[in-house]
Amino acid sequence: MTDYPPALAEVLADFAFVTSRAERAELLIDWADRFKPVPSHIAVPPYPEDRRVPFCESEAFVWAHPRQDGTLQFYFAVENPQGLSAMALAAILDATLSGAPVEQVAAVSPDIVLRLFGNDISMGKGQGLMGMVSMVQAAARAFLREKEG
Amino acid sequence: MDEFVRRGYARPEVLVSTDWVASHLHDSAVRIIESNEDPLLYASGHIPGAVEVDWTTDLNDPVRRDYLTREGFETLMSRLGVTPETTLVFYGDKNNWWATYAFWVFQLFGHRNARIMDGGRLKWELEKRPLTREKPSYPPTNYRAPERDDATIRAFRDQVLAHVQAREPLVDVRSPAEYSGERLHMPDYPNEGALRGGHIPGAVNVPWSRAINPEDGTFKSANELRAIYEGEQGLRPDDDVIVYCRIGERSSHTWFVLTYLLGYQHVRNYDGSWTEWGNLVNVPIER
Repeated sequence: MTDYPPALAEVLADFAFVTSRAERAELLIDWADRFKPVPSHIAVPPYPEDRRVPFCESEAFVWAHPRQDGTLQFYFAVENPQGLSAMALAAILDATLSGAPVEQVAAVSPDIVLRLFGNDISMGKGQGLMGMVSMVQAAARAFLREKEG
Repeated sequence: MDEFVRRGYARPEVLVSTDWVASHLHDSAVRIIESNEDPLLYASGHIPGAVEVDWTTDLNDPVRRDYLTREGFETLMSRLGVTPETTLVFYGDKNNWWATYAFWVFQLFGHRNARIMDGGRLKWELEKRPLTREKPSYPPTNYRAPERDDATIRAFRDQVLAHVQAREPLVDVRSPAEYSGERLHMPDYPNEGALRGGHIPGAVNVPWSRAINPEDGTFKSANELRAIYEGEQGLRPDDDVIVYCRIGERSSHTWFVLTYLLGYQHVRNYDGSWTEWGNLVNVPIER
């Protein structure tokens, strides 16, 4: 956890104290309420397929744009209005990884999905959500490669 | 019900409308059950009086890859406060995808008095009907169930292999990209949980959601469904059909459509599906 951006480590610590499924759901719903979809100056529907998260049944899309401070700003869209889990994860990723050191973002494991959503999440759901983290991670890695290259 | 008769379904009584549910919210002979793909939805608000059945925590065996046992089902049903006479009405997100999955599992234990709310959660929300976060509480019952029937509506891998060899019809209800195998090996992304991509030989591809009107989540009419399954794919009501997807959840939706809406007599759901077939050694695969 120490290698994770501090904001993400803090959120993961919050979830580590969750003792019941209901409490976890409440926390995640609070995050979903904070979700802000990708602004129109970045993208408008229909979104390009290369931004689509594979296996995500909530039809999530991810963008990464360089910021002036050398980090990345992440944006998300969730086309399924009932995709609360995807919205919650998007809000967490934006709040904790946008502006974080890109090397740390590139090292974030998709396994954080299990720490946020619990181990009893269905395989399909887990894969979709992990796909969102993987896309963020892949964008960070590509950004680093470009910088080095 | 008249609406479902008009749509030409073989067994229209298996569906109820949102109006019907709204007028039975306080009917003690009815239990409304929400079953979702997204685990947060029920907690964020549900139909007043509705209980939740979660596929992962309620319907699966905690150790083996299998469904709950008879004893587990009895415990679940007793906790929900229902009896064999209670009318169960399932609804959920994603066009009732998980609602039909729960419905299918309940049929393994013979609870025939079960319905699906046409349009599911989407239609209920579009109609701006009430949702609540209040969890209902019902007095527990002492439900007794028969042993799980794995023979009638469920198929296992050896039966699927025999089905392939006999050239009997199979329906793969995944997306075209999953069916072709192209979605299995994307670099940097988690895979489908299967080592090989493609489909079971002889399977036709009809994505499950084609049975739905996307604007309100309701089922298409029988004529529209026949045009898809019979007109395009050549299925017939007396066929012996096996349906599958990745883990048997999307295919339970197609099982429901073929069995109840089109009146097919012999449809089985292969819940091992691609996560089993795509990992098996020495079975045929088509791409």
